[in-house]
Amino acid sequence: MAFDYDKYIRPGKLPHIWCPGCGHGIVMKGLIRAMDTLGLKKENTAIVSGIGCASRLPGYIDCCTLHTAHGRAAAFATGVKLAKPEMNVILCGGDGDGTAIGGNHFIHACRRNIDMTYIIMNNYIYGMTGGQFSPATPTGHKASTTPYGNPDPCFDIAKLAIGAGATFVARGTAFHANQIDKLIVEAIQHKGFSVVEILDDCPTTYGRRNKYKSVIEMMNRLKEVAVPVKAAEKMTAEQLQGKILTGVLYKEEKPEYTAEYAKVIERAQAK
Amino acid sequence: MSKKVAFLQGNEAAAHGALYAGCNFFGGYPITPSTEVAEVMSVELPKIGGKFVQMEDEIGAMAAILGASLAGSKVLTSTSGPGLSLKQELIGYGCIAEIPCVVYNVMRGGPSTGMPTGPSQSDVMAAKWGTHGDHPAICLVPASVQETYEEVIRAFNLSEKYRTPVMVMPDEIVAHMRERIVFPEQGEVEVVSRKSPSVSPEQYKPYDTSFGDVPPLASFGSGYKFHVTGLNKMQDGFPTTKAEIVQAEEERQVRKVEANADDIVTFEEYQLDDADVVVIAYGSTSRSARYAVNAAREQGLKAGMFRIKTFWPFPDKQIKALAGKVKGFIVPEMNLGMCANEVERCAQGKAPIHGIFRVDGEPINPDQILDKMKEVK
Repeated sequence: MAFDYDKYIRPGKLPHIWCPGCGHGIVMKGLIRAMDTLGLKKENTAIVSGIGCASRLPGYIDCCTLHTAHGRAAAFATGVKLAKPEMNVILCGGDGDGTAIGGNHFIHACRRNIDMTYIIMNNYIYGMTGGQFSPATPTGHKASTTPYGNPDPCFDIAKLAIGAGATFVARGTAFHANQIDKLIVEAIQHKGFSVVEILDDCPTTYGRRNKYKSVIEMMNRLKEVAVPVKAAEKMTAEQLQGKILTGVLYKEEKPEYTAEYAKVIERAQAK
Repeated sequence: MSKKVAFLQGNEAAAHGALYAGCNFFGGYPITPSTEVAEVMSVELPKIGGKFVQMEDEIGAMAAILGASLAGSKVLTSTSGPGLSLKQELIGYGCIAEIPCVVYNVMRGGPSTGMPTGPSQSDVMAAKWGTHGDHPAICLVPASVQETYEEVIRAFNLSEKYRTPVMVMPDEIVAHMRERIVFPEQGEVEVVSRKSPSVSPEQYKPYDTSFGDVPPLASFGSGYKFHVTGLNKMQDGFPTTKAEIVQAEEERQVRKVEANADDIVTFEEYQLDDADVVVIAYGSTSRSARYAVNAAREQGLKAGMFRIKTFWPFPDKQIKALAGKVKGFIVPEMNLGMCANEVERCAQGKAPIHGIFRVDGEPINPDQILDKMKEVK
């Protein structure tokens, strides 16, 4: 029997705003399957986002949903989680929202290792505002504000998360739809701050400026560049040239923030 | 039983006032001259099982308290000028999404870094116009340590009652002076909590105006699922661009405060009965004004003071009424005429306004006010 997504979708809130060919819907379905696998209670789950196309995701899912200001999802979510540690808190948003205007909140959420899962849909562009370059736009690529090619170096978002102290970091792609829910399940199960970067496509504002003839071509590119971490172990540096690792990239056990704060309360009350 | 008495700084009193009001979540970022609030909260909150978080920046602190408030906490942040500028974006979010929270802002010299340890009263307009768009504003301006304690409690009450951010803005002198404070007993001062929904989760809408201009607010994690956004929204919390809904919602958000000005606006009338020269003052400046009024009375001048305790909503009605009776207003303030402009708007040309404006980091002393009184003919 086909999976019943309607159990999680808010009645009357579809169709979504995403363009034909955009991968955000694939990610949303992955998140829904992950929630279902884990049996998360909708009323005990907060989904928090910032601003941008990807940040519209929470509005479609029947949970406690918080569509905040540009870049601020991680900081709002920190307040929700610390106030009610028993809630499941999931963040979602795009590359510009999360790593430019929200970059500071992002790295500090990683550092605190607070038990939340951040799904970053990386389509290399500010889509909602019409295709300006983001910190994830590859050098040399075209955006509406880099008409001569992007002079900026770009972030490797997964590496940024690992460097900042996130204790679970995974990467998937919108092409590998069946892997998305598995990565999200593992991320949510992990006790600490987990980041799932999903390489996504924006045919409307990125693809057409960068010589992708179709959505299929963009999806094929995701298929071609992705190399699972296990497969990569057997590959030479030459073979890995231009490839992007996918799967669980990093995992470690470290004290979790709300649990540590519970100890602060214990110490304060013991005095 | 004798009441508990202490010798406290304004900022410390603010923190204790918040705790009395039921504050159980503080999100902050260090900034002079308000940091003592954060320090006291970091000590006291975990003792009662509350949460203290020092965020990565001022914006993050504002975001964290809004998130925590939606999860059912009573929340506070403290800051000063530059921090207030940074928080403005999310103060607007709190206004449109109608999330109770208290922002305690100590007024120091500005703009920008200005004079971090110098007193000022130049954030009073930022309290109303700092965030973009039309929105309600409530701002309290205490003048003593005791009053700071009491006004922080009132700020929590107003914030919960009207479901909107409330600011408490002492100037640096009030925030850092030490005075005797008498603590009220538990239950002696009213503590208000937000209206919770009376309907089932299935029927709940976060902006349901059938319950009035201030709809009940459920908490995340209490069985109620709902959507919150910074976009213009419908009663169910979802975004809309429908002209008539946006117009009605914007008007309601402002009306819920403006129409209740009589419930919110507080002031002190000092020697006003026969006064023909009236000083309009607030914060520490009102302490110099009181001294000047007393000195003027001794010299036979009919002087009085209208002390503003609630800066927003502005006491329009009271000042309009006074304007018809007096020879002139004197408005001393540690800025270049922010309150004076409001007084001028209210006076509608019926009384001249004499300003004493200082932005040099020094307090306005009574002699300056007394000299000005003598100029009013």
